[in-house]
Amino acid sequence: MSYIIKGETGDWEVVIGLEVHAQVTSKAKLFSGAPTEFGAEPNTQVSFVDAAMPGMLPVLNEYAVEQAVKTGLGLKAKVNRNSVFARKNYFYADLPFGYQISQFDQPIVGEGTIVLDMPDGTSRAVGVERLHLEQDAGKLVHDMHATKSFVDLNRAGVPLMEIVSKPDMRSPEEAGAYLRKLRAILRYLGTCDGNMEEGSMRCDANVSVRPVGSKELRTRCEIKNVNSVRFVMQAIDHEARRHVEVYEGGGKIDQETRLYDPGQNETRAMRSKEMAHDYRYFPDPDLLPVELTEEFVAQIAKNLPELPDDKKARFEKEYGLTAYDADVLVSEKENALFFEEVAKGRDPKQAANWVITNLFGVLNKKGVGITESPVSAKNLGRLIDLIADNTISGRQAKEAFEAMVETGKDTDAIVAEKGLKQITDTGAIAAAVDQVLAANADKVAQFKAGKEQVLGWFVGQVMKASQGKANPAMCNELLRKKLAQ
Amino acid sequence: MSIDNATVRRIATLARIEVTDAELSTWAGQLNGIMGWIEQLKEVNTDGVAPMSGGTDLKLTLRADQVTDGGIVDQVLMNATEPQDGYFTVPKVVE
Repeated sequence: MSYIIKGETGDWEVVIGLEVHAQVTSKAKLFSGAPTEFGAEPNTQVSFVDAAMPGMLPVLNEYAVEQAVKTGLGLKAKVNRNSVFARKNYFYADLPFGYQISQFDQPIVGEGTIVLDMPDGTSRAVGVERLHLEQDAGKLVHDMHATKSFVDLNRAGVPLMEIVSKPDMRSPEEAGAYLRKLRAILRYLGTCDGNMEEGSMRCDANVSVRPVGSKELRTRCEIKNVNSVRFVMQAIDHEARRHVEVYEGGGKIDQETRLYDPGQNETRAMRSKEMAHDYRYFPDPDLLPVELTEEFVAQIAKNLPELPDDKKARFEKEYGLTAYDADVLVSEKENALFFEEVAKGRDPKQAANWVITNLFGVLNKKGVGITESPVSAKNLGRLIDLIADNTISGRQAKEAFEAMVETGKDTDAIVAEKGLKQITDTGAIAAAVDQVLAANADKVAQFKAGKEQVLGWFVGQVMKASQGKANPAMCNELLRKKLAQ
Repeated sequence: MSIDNATVRRIATLARIEVTDAELSTWAGQLNGIMGWIEQLKEVNTDGVAPMSGGTDLKLTLRADQVTDGGIVDQVLMNATEPQDGYFTVPKVVE
């Protein structure tokens, strides 16, 4: 599934690296005791440390360190037992310190890997360059005054993990798959809620192009703060095509930061990096190096939950699911949990089928997640039980399911209410069969003359006579038996 | 390494410090003095000595993840020149 841009002068490929900022799910900030909750009144979640008042000293939040290590282990990455916080110096109104406390040449986590599962069933490993801890900046509001920008420091100091990939991706689809996989891993670990709308996960994309076959890395542009997976993919596609156009027009690409505008589907230059990018990093003298003991790391490793890749492998092995079905089910931790509850003690393939085809279909249509599902795992399981013991037919189950989606009622209540009970009483079905056969002597003759297709017609008639309640398999069997006489 | 006037100008701009053209040479001289002193420190043999972050045995202090601060918007904004509706305000900066 390669992504090639056909240019005037030949074929081009795109080179993509992603930087993801993931907010650590902490109660307090990285270096202060102020809260991190989303959506509070401006500047109500700010301590003197966050506001960079003179003389205030940062004290590192141990939970944030733990979560960074946990995430590193989840990315199969090397955890650095010694890391150092550094000052990244720049001036901007959202940064009261005049520098961001970040990590530079000694991040807490080194190289790791994320395995992408592509829609065509192939998988592909993308390298993680590093993960480091840093504080978020505040927020600027530009539309409240004609000549002033308003500054809210509630986000200032919120702990972020910056996760930097290697320039290993070659298509917008791979970038999308990377983000979805990373988000799933973070959610499984519980280290970040992965909510892109609220900004707790943000993505910058580094994009460059080169002629197919070339190994060079050309000048890249960084597209900042794109807030959905779909927009990241669109922005990359747009930016790659812009590069090809510039090169083929004889121009050159400047290294710059660009903003993506989803409304116009275009990127535009944001600021010149010439001065802004001289960050003059140096170790923060307010903070000593972070030294982790082997026991600390081992303890976190021991308590790591089952991650998407492992869960997928287990679903394939334990439940006999296809790679595709397993992948769909593990993509969200909650989906996997739901499935396992439905599958418990039942036919796993049938459970997967109901969850993926029927339930996900409904949820997608309603635009809600599984936690808001109108049908609980218990009720879906019960429905499958009723099919398995022949109480209801597959067709009745679909009818019951629709009603359950509508009303949210229990399976048994719906089945009783709608009188959905399959007739499995041989005597009752046999009577209906006799009746139908007696009334259609001509069709019986046709069957006996070798026209087997009329059997289907007979089944339909018997089903109709029973108001759809007869067990179709039993109808079929009885009809064959009687017609053979 | 020698610091010329252009470098001083650049550092001053990055640090948002106002330096007049007349002062450039003075600053260049002083900064070169500091650099020279650091060059001199390089003469000390540090083979086999791990880089240090300080001269004491202090270890980093960590803090539990508990909310112990915030909710002091009035104090936070006390020294702001033109606060409005709970915000700091600055001359408009739009990208």
